[in-house]
Amino acid sequence: MKTFSSIVTLVVLATTPFLTTCAGDLAKKPIGDTTINIHSSKDDEGLTLPSGFSSIVVAENLGSVRHIAVNSNGDIYAKLAKLKDGNGILELKGGNTSNIIGFGNYPGTGIAIKNGYLYASSNSAVYRYKLDGNNQVINPDKPETLVKDLTDRRQHNSKSITLDNAGNIYVNIGAPSNSCQVEDRAVGSKGQDPCPILAYAGGIWQFKADKPDQTISDGVHYASGIRNTVGLDWNSAVNELYVMQHGRDDLHRMFDQYYTVKDNAEIPAEEFLLVNKGDNFGWPYCYFDPKLDKKMLAPEYGGDGKIQGRCADIKKPLVAFPAHLAPNALLFYTGDQFPEKYKNGAFIAFHGSWNRAPEPQAGFFVAFVPMKDGKPNGNWEIFAEGFAGGNDKKASGRVDYRPCGLAQGPDGSLYISDDRKGNIWKITYQK
Amino acid sequence: MRRRLIPVNVVIAALLFILLSLDPDQTKPPKAVMDRGKVIYDKECLSCHQADGLGVQGMNPPLAKTKWVLGPKKQMIHIVLKGFSDPIEINGESFENPMPPHHHLNDQEISDVLTYVRNSFGNNAKPITPAEVKKVRAAIAKGK
Ligand code: HEC
Repeated sequence: MKTFSSIVTLVVLATTPFLTTCAGDLAKKPIGDTTINIHSSKDDEGLTLPSGFSSIVVAENLGSVRHIAVNSNGDIYAKLAKLKDGNGILELKGGNTSNIIGFGNYPGTGIAIKNGYLYASSNSAVYRYKLDGNNQVINPDKPETLVKDLTDRRQHNSKSITLDNAGNIYVNIGAPSNSCQVEDRAVGSKGQDPCPILAYAGGIWQFKADKPDQTISDGVHYASGIRNTVGLDWNSAVNELYVMQHGRDDLHRMFDQYYTVKDNAEIPAEEFLLVNKGDNFGWPYCYFDPKLDKKMLAPEYGGDGKIQGRCADIKKPLVAFPAHLAPNALLFYTGDQFPEKYKNGAFIAFHGSWNRAPEPQAGFFVAFVPMKDGKPNGNWEIFAEGFAGGNDKKASGRVDYRPCGLAQGPDGSLYISDDRKGNIWKITYQK
Repeated sequence: MRRRLIPVNVVIAALLFILLSLDPDQTKPPKAVMDRGKVIYDKECLSCHQADGLGVQGMNPPLAKTKWVLGPKKQMIHIVLKGFSDPIEINGESFENPMPPHHHLNDQEISDVLTYVRNSFGNNAKPITPAEVKKVRAAIAKGK
């Protein structure tokens, strides 16, 4: 544990000089983007960012904005977890709030733009909309259904999506369960072995991006043993899929003979995974312990915090993030606006924890992992902070904003969305 | 002889008032029950409903003055014994997590923790007895 927490401390300390010279004064400089004409009172408070970066709020109170996508003309598409006036997708024309159009009568999380189509997901299906030559949705009321009938039992039901460059779309199907017990999350309930959920959830499925009405049996079971993923992205620099796994909960509540309150708050890492076709990451049988730097046998399956058992051969994460922080978006940065260090690196939006209690809750920030050749190339660091609204709110887990989506604009700006109130921030860099 | 300045009845009323205000909440359950209830709450419920009973946005509901906590005892016992995943809304918010069953706790433990919840976090409701828990447990066993 010492090493892990000291790494975290080091990272935090190392980034503190940047964090203190924050957006406050920089935000007042003119920003070289004429599409932004909304000036919010939030500008002066801003987010805490590394030096040279500044943020503006491009939209406020849109609703529960999950993932976002920005088109080449600057239009922002926001996917809502709850319908607003009957709409589950908002289009902010020109990237601002002066002209907002709503469509898509289903709530959900996933949204993406690729090769002249807008893709969006409900909690059980994936749709697409053709865009015209002016990048406008041609038929907002009649999307093509690409994939349907996916599992939705509320828990872990986000169907996050990403597309590769070969005509495929990847869909996360989260397990509606913590650890595949007979009775989910019940003290004393056995882990099912084999876990029947793995047949239809707890993994990533690959579908054709242009074929209507696919069901799970038409898809390729691309990777399994992944409890839940909300953030995933295709890394075009190396042509591979990367996902953020939400690690398991409640080691202490269900197994206090093996795990302390602190163990529960700190051990079961959130995992940054490189996913190759056919990979199995071990859920529900295994979790990753960053202190031991090992995949460990879950206590529902005979583990006691020390036994590795069948988990010894399971692929480790590229980066193990602190437990329970809920990584809800992943984005590989391909723009030219930010300094060289950010090129092809990974931004990760952490929605924030609940299962750390009674330890203070944590997360509510956007992190950055420098990458080279598809591998981490240095320690991760906090990139954007200040969403929670103060330390007390952060510790309680009842915060102002929760980072949930990330998108890159055509000029290389980074957009961050919040599903608490529905803010969208635009982050820019100026030397 | 000097006349009394304050009438006796006023003195008695004042004394009574002081006495009552020393223990303003006459319905509060015995300390032993509350203490036992808190130990169980901290172990079994806190990780979801949080130390202050106010829950977590979008994940786990608050236990402060909700209609389930202050409502019919049977219903509350049922939720905790059998678990609960019907979609509910509190102040416009719904919750992604399921509430797991707690049949591993005995009747005394369930009654202690529910009595504790009904008298913490700003709640003030009648205690729940082990006999009441036993009845609901039997009904659940019969498939109700
Ligand atoms: C794994 C997380 C979890 C644990 C542990 C848990 N709960 Fe819950 N509880 C929930 C969730 C989530 C709901 C709402 C479920 C729904 O939306 O259908 C809930 C609902 C409730 C409700 C009804 C709704 C309300 O807010 O009034 C009560 C009462 C309750 N829980 C009490 C308890 C008590 C007492 C314990 C401990 C003995 C406990 N819970 C343990 C997650 C949990």
